[in-house]
Amino acid sequence: MKSNVKFDWITILLFLILVVFGWLNIYSTSYTEAATGIFDLSHTFGRQALWIVLSLILVIFILSVEAKFYQRFSSVIYLLSLLSLAGLFVFGKTISGATAWYVFGPFSIQPGEFAKAATALALAKYLSDIQTNITSFKHQLGAFAVILLPTLLILPQPDPGSAVVYAAFFFPLYREGLSGGYLLVGFSLVALFVLTLAFGTLWVSVGIVVLSLLILFFNRKKRKRHFSRYFIISVLAVLFSFSVNYIFHSIFQQHHRDRFNLVLGKEVDTKGIGFNTNQSEIAIGSGGWTGKGFMQGTQTKGNFVPEQHTDYIFSTVGEEWGFLGAGGLIVLFVCLLLRLAFLAERQKSQFSRVYGYSVLGILFIHFAVNIGMVIGILPTVGIPLPFLSYGGSSLWGFTLLLFIFIRLDASRKGYSTL
Amino acid sequence: MRKILPFLLVVLTGLLLLGRLLYLQVIDDSFMVLSQNNAIKIEYDYPQRGYIFDRNDKLLVSNQPSYDVMAIPREVEPFDTLELSILLSVSQEDLAKQLDKAKIYSPRLPSVIVPQLSKEEYAYLQEKMRKYKGFYIQKRSLRDYQVDFAANVLGYISEANTAEIAEKPYYIAGDLIGRQGVEKEYEKILRGRKGVKYIQKDIHNLELGPYKEGQYDTLPVKGKDINLTIDAELQAYGEKLMKGKWGGIVALEPQTGEILSLITAPGYDPGLLVGRKRSRNFNKLWYDTIAKPLYDRSLQAMYPPGSPFKALTGLIALQENVIDTKERIDCHLGFSYGRGGRMACHPHKAPLSLTPAIAHSCNAYFGKTYRRIIEKYDSAQKGVNVWHDHLASFGLGDYLGYDLPSGQPGRIPDAEYYNKWYPANRWRATYIISNGIGQGEVATTPIQLANMTAAIANRGWFYTPHILKEIDGNPIKEKKYTQKNYTTIDAENFDPIIEGMFGVYEYGTARFLQVPGVEVCGKTGTAENFTKIDGERVQLTDHSIFVAFAPKDDPKIAIAVFVENGYWGSRYGGRIASLMIEKYLKGEITRTDLEKWVLEHDLIEEYKKPYSGEPFKINQ
Repeated sequence: MKSNVKFDWITILLFLILVVFGWLNIYSTSYTEAATGIFDLSHTFGRQALWIVLSLILVIFILSVEAKFYQRFSSVIYLLSLLSLAGLFVFGKTISGATAWYVFGPFSIQPGEFAKAATALALAKYLSDIQTNITSFKHQLGAFAVILLPTLLILPQPDPGSAVVYAAFFFPLYREGLSGGYLLVGFSLVALFVLTLAFGTLWVSVGIVVLSLLILFFNRKKRKRHFSRYFIISVLAVLFSFSVNYIFHSIFQQHHRDRFNLVLGKEVDTKGIGFNTNQSEIAIGSGGWTGKGFMQGTQTKGNFVPEQHTDYIFSTVGEEWGFLGAGGLIVLFVCLLLRLAFLAERQKSQFSRVYGYSVLGILFIHFAVNIGMVIGILPTVGIPLPFLSYGGSSLWGFTLLLFIFIRLDASRKGYSTL
Repeated sequence: MRKILPFLLVVLTGLLLLGRLLYLQVIDDSFMVLSQNNAIKIEYDYPQRGYIFDRNDKLLVSNQPSYDVMAIPREVEPFDTLELSILLSVSQEDLAKQLDKAKIYSPRLPSVIVPQLSKEEYAYLQEKMRKYKGFYIQKRSLRDYQVDFAANVLGYISEANTAEIAEKPYYIAGDLIGRQGVEKEYEKILRGRKGVKYIQKDIHNLELGPYKEGQYDTLPVKGKDINLTIDAELQAYGEKLMKGKWGGIVALEPQTGEILSLITAPGYDPGLLVGRKRSRNFNKLWYDTIAKPLYDRSLQAMYPPGSPFKALTGLIALQENVIDTKERIDCHLGFSYGRGGRMACHPHKAPLSLTPAIAHSCNAYFGKTYRRIIEKYDSAQKGVNVWHDHLASFGLGDYLGYDLPSGQPGRIPDAEYYNKWYPANRWRATYIISNGIGQGEVATTPIQLANMTAAIANRGWFYTPHILKEIDGNPIKEKKYTQKNYTTIDAENFDPIIEGMFGVYEYGTARFLQVPGVEVCGKTGTAENFTKIDGERVQLTDHSIFVAFAPKDDPKIAIAVFVENGYWGSRYGGRIASLMIEKYLKGEITRTDLEKWVLEHDLIEEYKKPYSGEPFKINQ
């Protein structure tokens, strides 16, 4: 490798800590006395150990490829990725309800986990094109198209959780100059949706009217009062609030509704949909300050939390390592994300910066939504916790995503924009 | 702004997640319990309850196995309720009701559905219960009574109630707990300690094995066997003599304070309060508000003691130097005092000195003596308090401190007591003179009378009466029962009183009750008593009271007998005391006529009088 290539060891160290800690917790959830060793492939932890070793080999590959390669071939990678997603409709295998897998003998692979990295590359390529101007509506549509294509292929699998992750691309878009209005509108819609579910259309409408009157009142001395603009926004908001009921009751399916109701505290059924969240809260809550100790979790041992080694791995951390361990893990993630933001900012090329912010966004959404779901403040959305949850595809997908950025960052000095 | 927003979002999200985590793990601790409930099953292993023996190692109470049908509501699956109700021989409604109750108590803890099956029922059900998920049979041990007497001493056991479970963390639903008598008093010694096993379960409720390799598990500890101070033969004999009479007998061994027998009449067969018929029988006993078989008269009946109290008045007078043994005091069928006050007496030789005054039970002698005690001091208040303190040293006027859970303090008034009665504290010895002869405001329980008699027999000291002799063969060491309590009366002052009590048998009020070959000392007593009929105070036939100890110089037994409405002291009380003493000291009865008289006479007619609704005569 070139002498001016310097890998960011802080990020690599954080990656290794998360992966190893994740494996320890998977070991705890899946250990039985029949296990013959840490690579015992009949056990979940044994397979994960294998995935980890393979991911390390993948890391070496990623890091030894020239940084330019990723920029030059990003479109090809993106197209291949879209093809792999589309191919699922023909060759895909359905596992736990989602047609998201290719199966080769004993192994199965989930192309959706790799599509995130591909989309990030494609978006970086598109935005860094000298002709692209994100403030123009035409180019905004172009960027949205890059993001929406894989989303539209993933949604019907169905895998709404993975689709949600594509909201992560607002991070680079916003950084590159997309109007904050998009974010505001997005947030407003989400807020309106939740508030309507929680308090009903009537109260939300009253709130909107009161709010717009207040704004008008405080701006009364300004010359341009845009009276009609406020009026239109208010009307639209009220209409949206009314339509929420329709969306919620007619478009959503019952299990989606249940997930929302649960988080809004409207349902206390702990046997049905609430079971996962309830059990996971019990497991985490019983951990206390210092936890019950490695391999000592009663909830973990009794397999009370379904999907504990995958999406709910954080509940094992909470039960066995307590607030110190689980809180520490959150701090580690925050450190990783902040480090990524720092790295992205120091890129000289726009391509690397867009890609860096995409990585940050994707990991952030996974982190926030997964832990938020496990500790019961977000609706149940089935997405894994990066680097910790069990699964080869997800581990490799995240490894690929992260290490391409580490590779780009390492060459930031000897690597110029085209 | 565009650079800072991601930082801000990441940090704020991190803080939000940490906050929620802190709440879940540290602030709200209900999850700990939920986790335990979820994953850990607790199994109990009940030890045998300790056996109860009498002072001569005669077995009184042992155990019999019993089987409760238990259910853990959340594990109960739909089942054929009709079939199960027939199997358990309960009605379908009762079964449903019990299950509902269990659910309310706790969905995850076992509750008793049908208690106390017999061995035969168990053998039949054991196999069949398997198909009812969530039900199982818990083995426990129930009491097996070897005797049909002493129920008041032994007490009984029954399921701990909700309040007890809430109050005492050791007990869970279905656990048995001692009630009344030694079962209650020595519950912890008798019950032992149940063993606990913690078992890790998985989500399908399958048992994975011991939780944490069983490091928190405990083995059951067997209950300890105990020996009571009771002499079973004497106890049985006393209960036999009390047939058809209401009252109490307390016999003590003066040199140790051990309770030889503690009899209340009417009593009941302790075997009635065992097994499935327990609650029906208990209700029958509980609602008998006339004879009150659950009321322990030997410990709880509080009455003016009457003449036996004269012995104490004599002792205090000697101690306070207001009389000597030689002075003779006049009696003209009583005496007059104050303005128009008069205390009557029965015909006897007069004047008398102290010893014959005891033997003949002269009211005038002790009335006057009592007045001297009170008037020795500047004020009646001071005098009464001195008198009160002397009596308190005999264990009167307060709970005696014996090791049984029921009792009464009795009553010995002090200055404060009369100050409340008489305005401006204007009262004098003559106002309260009846106290000197055991009437007036003084009240004692039979066990206090027996203890006082023991203190006289010992010439000035006593051990606190107690019912427990040995635990697993080791004599009790508790200081309370192995240290002498000294009275405030000097030893030499007892001799003239004891001579007088000896005289009661030799030439006094109980001369026809001598026990051949034994020097018995005693004192008769008669207590007036009243009841209310239609709101009106009506006098009933006097209670017959008798205290005695024997032999005079080496006392082995001190006894107090109290027979409700038995008229004069020697009529019932004296006869029964005499027989009890002979039975205990000689092991047999030589005076079969006397025994026959007691066995053939009862007071049933006397007890019916106040309920007859017709006018009646008393003291016939």
